[in-house]
Amino acid sequence: MFPTLQLGPLNLQAPPLFILLAIWLGLSLAERFAPRRGISADTLYNLVFAALVSGILGARLGFIALNPSAFTSLWDVVSLNPGLLDTPSGLAAALLAAFIYGQRKKMPLWPTLDALTPLFAVTMLGIGFSRLASGQAFGMETSLPWAIDLWGARRHPTQAYEILAALATLLLLSPKLAPSTRSGVLFARFAALTAGWNLFILAFRGDSTLLPGGLRAEQLIAWMVLTAALILLDRLHNQIPENSTRNIESAP
Amino acid sequence: MKSMQPTQRQIFYAMLVLAGLAWVWLSAADPGAVTAGRIPAPQAGFLAPDFTLETIDGQAVRLADLRGQPVVVNFWASWCPPCRAEMPALQRVHEEYASRGLVILAVNATAQDSLSDVTAFLDEYNLTFPVPLDPGDAMRAYQVQSLPSTFFIGPDGVIREVVIGGPIAEALLRSRVEQLIAEQP
Repeated sequence: MFPTLQLGPLNLQAPPLFILLAIWLGLSLAERFAPRRGISADTLYNLVFAALVSGILGARLGFIALNPSAFTSLWDVVSLNPGLLDTPSGLAAALLAAFIYGQRKKMPLWPTLDALTPLFAVTMLGIGFSRLASGQAFGMETSLPWAIDLWGARRHPTQAYEILAALATLLLLSPKLAPSTRSGVLFARFAALTAGWNLFILAFRGDSTLLPGGLRAEQLIAWMVLTAALILLDRLHNQIPENSTRNIESAP
Repeated sequence: MKSMQPTQRQIFYAMLVLAGLAWVWLSAADPGAVTAGRIPAPQAGFLAPDFTLETIDGQAVRLADLRGQPVVVNFWASWCPPCRAEMPALQRVHEEYASRGLVILAVNATAQDSLSDVTAFLDEYNLTFPVPLDPGDAMRAYQVQSLPSTFFIGPDGVIREVVIGGPIAEALLRSRVEQLIAEQP
């Protein structure tokens, strides 16, 4: 666990740094492969930028709306403190902004999601490193030889499992970045793989939300995402003929 | 997968879905398998490590005695600029919420500070909440690697959130404190 990085006089928060680094690397990778999907790198960058900015603004506005009495000065409204963000509001705002931008630029849905898949995959890797740094998403107690000492016990290194699984996902998908892959299949495979390994690894977590019978809520969500991704994969295979990826130049 | 016929593929996917559901059922947690609140550790979801420290006025403060009340434990030092920057906000929140049961413990990292500087600091900011002096044991128990570090502890003694670094925004402080106060029986 290394929540802060000391660089000379600077004391940097490591967990958000890993996420930011992953987004930057993932976006660079996505821009590189976007033309193979018929999406211009600039348009893809603008889409992500619009989603990120809107996401941050939406998350802050959502937090203010949910905690109006906590804000006693204007300075707090514009504070850089990341704790003043509401994640669901941010996600909703980011998705809405991406949808509006995509519609205005007439970006085709499946090739765009395929082009964004490297960003998603590297971000999952960044989340793993971020959790390793903060010690969050920790594992259950175990006596396995590879257990780690964390939070007063020997535990499954679930953060390391996540990093390995995210790396494997990246490797499994990388040969599929060729233009001949059917539109949407790359994204659907990423979603199915990610939901699949999450479903598996969540069984070893020590911080699960338990439902009656000891069922883990997060696992059920991962199972639903896996089911949806497999249904999508099947429909894409059935409905779209092979080599149908068009070289669609996105609107300027 | 390309060589699979549609029916084969659908059977394969259906088996994956069923295997996933079986795994959810098989990996259901036994009672006590999920750690939250059971053992002391300086992380959200765990029991806040207990400490007994003496304040600058010579009074003993034991964290466990505050069970039933929301507590904010803030580790600080007088030489730390973000600690200085967030103290007025802590004082304002203390003044506003102390009557509703909130306890703020501003634990001074005395091993890295001097008593004369601490006294001057308290006078400069007119701080009225307890300031326990920590020779290092509490910092070790809370694995404090960076000052300031703030721990929000619920009335049940379980840590709800950890904020490393600062200065903490007053709005964040207020929002978390209001959540903790709402949890009081």
